[in-house]
Amino acid sequence: MSFSVAPAPSAEGSSGFSRASLRFSPGLSRNRWNALFTAVAALFALCAVLPLLLVLGYVLVKGGSLISFGLLTQLPPPPGLDGGGIGNAILGTIVVTLVASLVAIPVGVGGGIYLSEYSRSGWFAQFVRFGTNVLAGVPSIICGVFVYGLIVSTRLFFGQSYSAMAGGLALAVLMLPTVIKTTDEALKLVPQELRWGAIGIGASRFVTITRITLPAAFTPIATGVVLGIARAAGETAPLIFTALFSPFWPESLFSPIATMSVLIFNFAIMPYEAQNALAWAASFVLVVMILAANLFARWLGRFARA
Amino acid sequence: MAVVDPSDLFALRRRPAREKLVDQGFRQLSVLLASIVGLVLLGILLTVLGGAHQAMAAFGLRFITASDWDPIANHYGAFTAIYGTLVTSVLALFIAVPLGVGTAIFITENLIPLWIRQALGLMVELLAAIPSVVLGLWAIFVMEPFLRPLLEALHQSLGWLPFFSTNPQGPGMAPAILILVVMILPIITAISRDSLQQVPPELRQAAYGVGTTRWGAILRVILPAAVSGITGGVMLALGRAMGETMAVTMIIGNSNNFSLSLLAPGNTISSMLANQFGEADGFQVSALMYAALVLMLLTLVVNVLAQWIVRRLSLKYS
Repeated sequence: MSFSVAPAPSAEGSSGFSRASLRFSPGLSRNRWNALFTAVAALFALCAVLPLLLVLGYVLVKGGSLISFGLLTQLPPPPGLDGGGIGNAILGTIVVTLVASLVAIPVGVGGGIYLSEYSRSGWFAQFVRFGTNVLAGVPSIICGVFVYGLIVSTRLFFGQSYSAMAGGLALAVLMLPTVIKTTDEALKLVPQELRWGAIGIGASRFVTITRITLPAAFTPIATGVVLGIARAAGETAPLIFTALFSPFWPESLFSPIATMSVLIFNFAIMPYEAQNALAWAASFVLVVMILAANLFARWLGRFARA
Repeated sequence: MAVVDPSDLFALRRRPAREKLVDQGFRQLSVLLASIVGLVLLGILLTVLGGAHQAMAAFGLRFITASDWDPIANHYGAFTAIYGTLVTSVLALFIAVPLGVGTAIFITENLIPLWIRQALGLMVELLAAIPSVVLGLWAIFVMEPFLRPLLEALHQSLGWLPFFSTNPQGPGMAPAILILVVMILPIITAISRDSLQQVPPELRQAAYGVGTTRWGAILRVILPAAVSGITGGVMLALGRAMGETMAVTMIIGNSNNFSLSLLAPGNTISSMLANQFGEADGFQVSALMYAALVLMLLTLVVNVLAQWIVRRLSLKYS
């Protein structure tokens, strides 16, 4: 910081105050330390951003160069053979994520409504809030273990073990805390006057919530939900032993299904180049989908503030 | 003009029974949906406890201290995996905390134009959105081959230390630690940035006013004021690192042989689950459930501690 001191009109010399001491001199040890710390912080920021650029670069270049119409629509080849595509995995990711959303969004929004509209500080609401935070911290692989124990090993659905349904439910467990938290926080931001106004002109609690409060909070809720879906679409750990994998087109909701994330995992550790290439291609599709969802959520979020 | 009976004006509209029913029904439904969180948590706990019950009865606490994992003899001890989980996540934290906090300072200070800082912040947030399986793929094919000469040099020069005593042969603990750093860096950066931004500007102005330099203010005033939020974020990141599965599974080598060396292949609880759960049956499933229980308790303790720290300390200035 350099200050230029306006020439004092009088008696400068008599105060014994040398103006030179106010000038910025980079040679001072404290200024040298400052410059050093700034350089270190800049270096750290560079280190933090570098992996993103490298990963994105590799995925976009290596995966993007492989993308073709056939790759997006064909089935993966048997191990060791060339060609084929990831069509079933793209479809599978969409199906499983859809199942997860259909379960997690109603439950999560309903839970969020309870927390924000019916009981803000009761013991049950506090318990649910605490539980939501705990559930958000449960490792994703544990969600898989849970669904495996509950659904897959007990063959709960029509005697089927591994199934798209089980995978979707495991992802729903993962999404649930995100949806509850966003709904709770979005509804809290709705001005209290809107609720009073609605109740005051004779609307019931139900009508107030569904016609006034929820629409007012729609954008932030949608933002959070889109982010939750994007995160679920990329999750692998809960799917490995619930949805499993399948080299064929999805048959039903109650049979094993291929997903892009599990395909990347399975094909990355195979010793065949064709499979490794498909893993890169699937990474490209997955990353583009997820980044698009993130940017979309950001764009939505802009409306919330306006 | 019809004359209105004045008493009608004050007659309250009776709420129809149907409306009351809908109102009550909606309330009950929302209570039910909210309680699903509790049910799911309880379900997770019961499923894992129920599954682990057999192995718990057979091994007790010996499971945590023994390092033999032998599916053929049905003898299980998870020490290697527990050690791997703790070592990889703690070491990753040691690298990621200075990087993350430094980055957060860099993007909250006005050292560079705002748009560059916003772009850096956005990039770090997008890094958090990249699926861990994609990071694992990148780690296998790009990062690990690039790192291997460096790790070999490390082995050659510091091989007398037990931590670098084996020759790196591809997958191992060290690349797993580095990919974990990449994964938890966005969390630490985002939370540190939020905490730094919440520090009231008056503190900084006062520090400048008494004649400190920029970094004097950052290190002596702003960081201490934000330290509670940052600590909470670091604990959350630790919980995330311990539970992280895919990237680690793909790069750690999945070996159950215990080795102190960071260059040797190792194992974490979550990578063991990811690798063996699908193919296990009988008693092995029970042992894996026991390992899952240990992981759950570890992350639970860390997360509850993180929440406690955040709630206890972070509202100092709001």
